[in-house]
Amino acid sequence: MTPSERPARSRFPGTIVPADKVVYTPQDLGDFDPERDLGRPGEYPFTRGPYRDMYRGKLWTMRQFSGYGTARDTNRRFRYLLEHGQTGLSVAFDMPTLMGYDSDHPRARGEVGREGVAVCTLEDMETLFEGIPLGEVSTSMTINSTAAILLAFYIAAAERQGVAPERLRGTIQNDILKEYIAQKEWIFPPLPSMRIVTDVMAYCADHVPKWNTISISGYHIREAGSTALQELAYTLMDGFTYVEFGMRAGLPVDRFAPRLSFFFNAHMNFFEEIAKFRAARRIWARRMRERYGARNPESWRLRFHTQTAGCSLTAQQPQNNIVRTALEALAAVLGGTQSLHTNSMDEALALPSEEAVKIALRTQQILAYETGVADVIDPLAGSYFVEFLTNRFEEECGRIFEEIEKRGGMIAAIEQGYPQREIARAAYEFQKDVEEKRYLVVGVNDYVEPQERPIPILKIDPAVERDQIERVRAVRARRNAAAAARALEGIRSAARGGDNLMPRFLEAARAGVTLGEMVDVLRAEFGEWREPPTYW
Amino acid sequence: MPDGERRYRVIVAKPGLDGHDRGAKVVAAALRDAGFEVIYTGLHQTPEAIVNAALQEDADAVCVSILSGAHMTVFPEILSLMRAKGLHDVLLCGGGIIPPEDAEELQKMGVGRLFGPGTDTREIVQYLREEIGRRRPQAARRG
Repeated sequence: MTPSERPARSRFPGTIVPADKVVYTPQDLGDFDPERDLGRPGEYPFTRGPYRDMYRGKLWTMRQFSGYGTARDTNRRFRYLLEHGQTGLSVAFDMPTLMGYDSDHPRARGEVGREGVAVCTLEDMETLFEGIPLGEVSTSMTINSTAAILLAFYIAAAERQGVAPERLRGTIQNDILKEYIAQKEWIFPPLPSMRIVTDVMAYCADHVPKWNTISISGYHIREAGSTALQELAYTLMDGFTYVEFGMRAGLPVDRFAPRLSFFFNAHMNFFEEIAKFRAARRIWARRMRERYGARNPESWRLRFHTQTAGCSLTAQQPQNNIVRTALEALAAVLGGTQSLHTNSMDEALALPSEEAVKIALRTQQILAYETGVADVIDPLAGSYFVEFLTNRFEEECGRIFEEIEKRGGMIAAIEQGYPQREIARAAYEFQKDVEEKRYLVVGVNDYVEPQERPIPILKIDPAVERDQIERVRAVRARRNAAAAARALEGIRSAARGGDNLMPRFLEAARAGVTLGEMVDVLRAEFGEWREPPTYW
Repeated sequence: MPDGERRYRVIVAKPGLDGHDRGAKVVAAALRDAGFEVIYTGLHQTPEAIVNAALQEDADAVCVSILSGAHMTVFPEILSLMRAKGLHDVLLCGGGIIPPEDAEELQKMGVGRLFGPGTDTREIVQYLREEIGRRRPQAARRG
C-alpha cells in the first residue's frame, strides 16, 4: 500500500470510543461526582485502585505464565524466571491435564506437554515445584474443569514439603463459566461444575484462607474475539453468578467473596483498556455492596491479574510484538493491575523461547523501575476522556447485565449460546475490519515486508510424551491398589451425595490416584457437556 | 460461488482437546459468506469423526485448525484415514500455529496449504476454489 492508499484513520474494531469526537470536556461527564464515583485509592468504590498506597507499597507481581514438556522441564523454566527477578509463578498445563485425561489416554496422543506441562499425579506436582519453597512463593494455576484436583495435588505437595495449607498463597483459575463461553475446556455440564466450584470456595474458606479460589477471567473471552465491553460485562456477570451460587450454597457472602479475584486482557486500544480496568472495580464494588449486601470492604475490592493480548500479536515481524506488549502492559499498570504477564514476541509462532520470555519480563522491569509510572496512583483520574470512557463502560455493562438477566441468568444465557454467538460475531467483524483496512495492523495489512526473517522458536521433543506416559504408569504400578480404590470410591460417594469433594480429592492424591482416574469417576456421575457446534 | 451452479462443500474441523476455536469460526463464517457450504464440526473431534463427516457430507475439502502443537500427529492421521476411505481427491488443508518446517513436512505427505495467523480470509477462499476446482473438476452438483 502506498501512503496515498492508506486510510486517514485506523479505528479499533468494536471499541466503545465514539467515532468522531476529538476532544473531551467536563460536559461529557454528565453528573460525575469525584467523591461518589472515584473516592480515594483503597476506598469504595475503588475506581482509583484497590489499595491505598498501590505500587508505592508494593509493585505489581511479575508473573510470567509458563509450562511445557514434563514437570522437570517446567521446573527448570520456573527457576530460570525466579533467577531473573520474577516474583510469582504461573503454571500453564497441557491440554490433557486441562481436560482431565492422563498422559497415556488415547485422546492425549500428540498433546502431552505441548501447550503446557503435563501433571497427572501428586508426584508430577512435587517435581514441578522441586526446590521451590511453597510457603514463600505465590503460585497461579491456570486450570478450570480440573482445578479442584490440581489444587489437591498442590496442597498435598506442600504437605510433603512441610508447608501447612494456611500458609499457601496463590490462585487457581477455577472459572468454569468462561470455559463454556470462550476457552472451551470443559468436562461436565454447568450445574455439577458449579457444585465443584462452590466446594472449593467452602473448603478454602476453612482450610486455605489465603488462596484465591476463583480467578474470574475475561482474558479468554477477549482472546476468543470479544470486544472490551463484552469482556468486561460477561466477566463481571460470571463473577456475580459465582457469588449467587455461593450464597445459595449457604456460604455468607463476606466469607468467600474476598478470595475472588479477576483476570483481564490488556489489548491495544490504550485509553479504552485503562478505563475498562477502572470501571471493573467500580461496577463490582457497587453491586457487591448494593445487591449482595456484602459488608466487608474486602468483598467490594476487585483485584486483578492482567495478561497482555496474545491475540494482538502477529506472526509477521515478530519483533514488533515487543512494542505491542510494552504498550499493553503500560495500560494494565495505569489501570492498577495487581499482577502482570507480558507476552513473548514469538507467541504467534510457538511457545515462548527462553530469550523471548526474558525480554517480556525485562519489559515489566523497565516499566516498573525506569519510567516512573509506579510513583503516582491512578494518574489519569480526572481526565475527561478517561472518566467519560469509565462511565460509558459502566452504563453499557448495565445494559448487557439486563439482557443476560432477561435470558434467565448467565447459565441459561450460555445454554442458549448467547455470549458465544456475540463473541463469534465480534471476532468476525474484527477480522473484516483488518481485511478491509478499516483497522491497520502493522506488518499484517500494512507496512508488510515481503521477506520475513525467521526467529528461533521452541520445539518440544516427542520423547516428552513417552517419558510422561512411563511416569504415570509407574505411579499406578507402585501405589497401594486397595487404598487407591478406596479413595476413588470416596470420590464417587461424595459426588453422588452432597459432601464436599475437596477432602476426597486430597485423600486420592495422597493415595497415588491419577487425575484421569478421578475425572473418570466424576464423568460417570455428572455426565459430559457437549456444545452445539455453531459459528453463528 | 465459483460459478452459477456449483457450491463447494467444506468441513471445518477442530481436532483434539484444544478449545481455541476463534480462527476456525472466523474462517467458517468467511467461507459461508463467500458462498461455500460449510459444515463446522465443533470442538474436540477425533480424526475418525472428521473423516467420517467428510465422507457422509461428500465434502470437497477438509479444513483443520490446530493451535495445540499436535499437528504432526493429527494431520498425518487424518490424511491416512482419508486415503483408507478412498477420499483421494478431497483436499486436506488447515491452519493454526504451525512452524514452517512442520508445514513443509506435512505438505510433502500430501496435506494442502496451512495458513498461519494473520492470513486474509480472501486468500483462503481463493485457494480453496482453485485447489478444489483442480482436484474435483466434476464437483458441480446441487443447485
